[in-house]
This record gives sequence, structure tokens and C-alpha cells, in this order.
Amino acid sequence: MSELSTMPINKEIDARGSFCPGPLMELIRGIKSLPVNGVLAVLSSDLGSIRDIPAWVGKAKHEMVGTIQEQGYTRFIVRKLH
Amino acid sequence: MTQRILIVGGGVGGTILANVLARTLHSDEARITLIDKTSNHVYMPTWLYMPFNQMEAQGEHLIRPERDLLNKHVHHVVGQVTSINTKNRELHIEHTEGQDTILGTGGAREGTYSYDYLILATGARIAPADLTGLGEGEGNGKWNHFYSTEGALQLRQALQEFDGGRIVVAVGGIPYRCPPAPLEFTFLLEDWLQKRGIRQRTELQYLFPLSRVFTIESVAEMVTPLLEERNIGYTTFFNAESVDTERKVIASMEDEEVPYDLLVLIPPHRGAKVIEESGLGDEQGWIPTDRNTLEVKGQEHVYAIGDATDLPVSKSGSAAHFEAKVLAARLIAAVRGDELKGDEGSYDGEVMCFLETGRNKATQLVFNYEHPPRPPHPSLYYHMEKHLFNLAYWHIVPQGLV
Repeated sequence: MSELSTMPINKEIDARGSFCPGPLMELIRGIKSLPVNGVLAVLSSDLGSIRDIPAWVGKAKHEMVGTIQEQGYTRFIVRKLH
Repeated sequence: MTQRILIVGGGVGGTILANVLARTLHSDEARITLIDKTSNHVYMPTWLYMPFNQMEAQGEHLIRPERDLLNKHVHHVVGQVTSINTKNRELHIEHTEGQDTILGTGGAREGTYSYDYLILATGARIAPADLTGLGEGEGNGKWNHFYSTEGALQLRQALQEFDGGRIVVAVGGIPYRCPPAPLEFTFLLEDWLQKRGIRQRTELQYLFPLSRVFTIESVAEMVTPLLEERNIGYTTFFNAESVDTERKVIASMEDEEVPYDLLVLIPPHRGAKVIEESGLGDEQGWIPTDRNTLEVKGQEHVYAIGDATDLPVSKSGSAAHFEAKVLAARLIAAVRGDELKGDEGSYDGEVMCFLETGRNKATQLVFNYEHPPRPPHPSLYYHMEKHLFNLAYWHIVPQGLV
């Protein structure tokens, strides 16, 4: 946990309160503009993200590094693998 | 001292803002200048319908002179902004060829404009070359879209020639303008195929990047059964990466391939070129913007509204409309040295839009940063309301009357 919270992040996207287009869209957009092996953090207050974000990261074959529950939102940390 | 307020962009946001400021501030308080590259104002929602109707490229529901929509106190300059220097607070402009006699340019070919407040309402542009296999510009029949007048007219032609097969409607990049438009187009297309009597020999497939068919869960829940009952196939988690126009196949970041006979692609989008070139945007040219104050991050006296921003709201005329109203209040207070009260001058993410569901029905989405939409059941009422709004637009929206 402490390792996760101190992990260097290349880019952070605050998608809290984003319904349209939504946190997953912000994440995919962020991934596209990141170099391979780059690490992205996305902050989401949308409960659907807990299901959607890991599902997409798995399907697109990137790495779900971890999730951190914060007060009222979740921080998703993803590494771009290809 | 008279404040110089410079607005770049004559779309929905820039035009409303210019008109509200010009109507409210006295000429000794502020001089309002709107710089616009084409001299025409285009009502882009019309593009959605053009593949199915006979509207002409110069139709008055689609395009009108920007000057006719502006308050007479707005100084209108037609030209291309070629550089933005926020350190010196000035812009460089080249006046569009053949447009230099239009009011405001004084016949000069180029010029430098200084500002006290700068508002970037520079919009979005389509960037098909961001997908492997597509060049710049229009599809020339190899692929189709409805995100420009020319694209919508080419798509109309392609549909006229279509006589059955497989049509794929795909979202080619994130973010794109008007999130409901691909679904709306699919429903309208299904109606059109029925009317032409070729629905039976046409397979329809809708490809979307997320885990569901629309960005917002409540809307996806409403719309998915409609796709199913009309026998429209859909693939989710499809983030387009390349198009092979020879083999007629579209491929995704998730390693799937989908063949097509006719491809209707929502092209990838980027912010304006001048934003990228001036170093004011992110990797895709979107301007980092404060979600409430609409200030451009890291700049002073520079604001952004509409599609140009990187805000997590729909790229839509509706968002630009609400942002323009809020920013007008903020700028008026700044020019007059007044305090803003409560949430005055603060954008809360408000958006209101319609979603056409075919069969002459539509629903309505109203939401902000805090509250997701609760779309009503699709009905003729909202379809008519959207139709009336499209007609009323020219008389009430650019003027800032609503």
C-alpha cells in the first residue's frame, strides 16, 4: 500500500464528477498520449469505474497496478504496456 | 481605462460571450473583439440529419454570416490567428484571403492585437490521420463521416449508392464532439434503411470504446434494448486503432477486427492547430482549464470555453453555451471590479442535450458535475422539442437570449 501511494506517476487525470464522457474515456485518452511503460493515475468518483476500469485495462492488455480508496473517490493506477 | 477583451472563435461559445458582454458593458468599459477565421457561423447539429435529407451546403439552417449574429458593438475581425503570445498579451493574425475587406480588418493583410483579457473559444477539429490507414481530410468514398458539411454530403451520396451489405458505425477516437451523435445517427440510419426497403439485406453494427453503448450508465440502460429490438449489433470496448480501406476492415486497440461494406466513422478529434503551436494545449491540443473558473491553467487573464478545453464534460454546443454565460458574469465583474457572489461566475458542469432514438422519438439528457442525467422515456415530445430548438437556434442562442 505504501509502495503504491508513493509510486511515481507520469500523468494524473482528475475525472471526479465526470459523467460524460466519463472516467474510463479520460483514462483511454490518457493512455494514448502516454509513452510505453508510463504510469497513469485516474481519480474517479463514479462507482461504475470500479468495474469498468479494471475490465478495460485487462481487455486492452495493459497493467492494473492498483487502486487506492480515498475519501469519496478512487485512485486507479495503470501502466501502459504496449 | 477601457479593457480590451479578445475572443478567438466564432462558434457557439465565442458568439454568445461576445454578445452578452457587448450588451452589458459600456463601450468606455470594454472593447469587445471577436476573431473568427471563416466569417460564417455553422450550426453543426444539422450535419447529423444531412445524410438523410436534401439540405444544401449553403442552406440557411446550416450556415449564416457571423456578422449578422453579432451585436453591433462587437468588433468583428476575420482572420486566422497564427500565434498567441500570453507573455506579451498579444496575438498575431493573418486575414483570410479575399476576406480582408470585411468590416474590422481595415484592408490589412495581417495584424497584431493586444488584449487585457483573452478568451480561447477555438473549438475542435477532426484529425483522421490519428488513425493508422486514414489520411488528412475527407474520406473520398473510402470511409465516411458526418463531422463536416463536405463529409455529410459525401455520406449522403454513399448511402444513395448503397444497396445492402454491412454498415459499421464506429467511434474512432476520444474525445469527440457531441457524444450522443453516433447512437443518434445509427437509429436514424435504421429508420432510413427501413423506408428505402433495404433494411432486410443490411447488417448494422455499432462499435463503442466503453463497456456499454454510451458514456453514461442510465442512458446506456435505456438505449441498449432499443438497439436489440431493432436488430442492431453492437461491440463494446472497441477502441479503433487502424482502418484498412483496401480490405475494408477496422481494427481496435483490443486486437479485434470488424469487416464492413460501408464505414461511418466518428473521426478522432484534436484542438485547434494554433493552440498546439502556441504551446497552450496538451498532447491533443486541448487547453488545460479550471473546471469552475474556466481560467487557463498557468496563465493570467486567459480563459477557455467550449470544445477547446480539456474539461471532462461533453464537447457540445450546450456545454459551450452554459460556459459562455458563466464566463460573461465573471468577466463583467472583473472589468467593473465587482465581487462575485456565491456560485456566480462558476461553471458547475451543466449540459443539456437531446438524444434521437429513431421512430420520431427522442429523449433528453440534463446533468452537471454532481448529478448524472435521468433521461425520460423516448417520446415524440422530445423529438419535436429538438426539432423546434434546431429552428429556433438562429434567433435565440448566438444572441445569448437563452
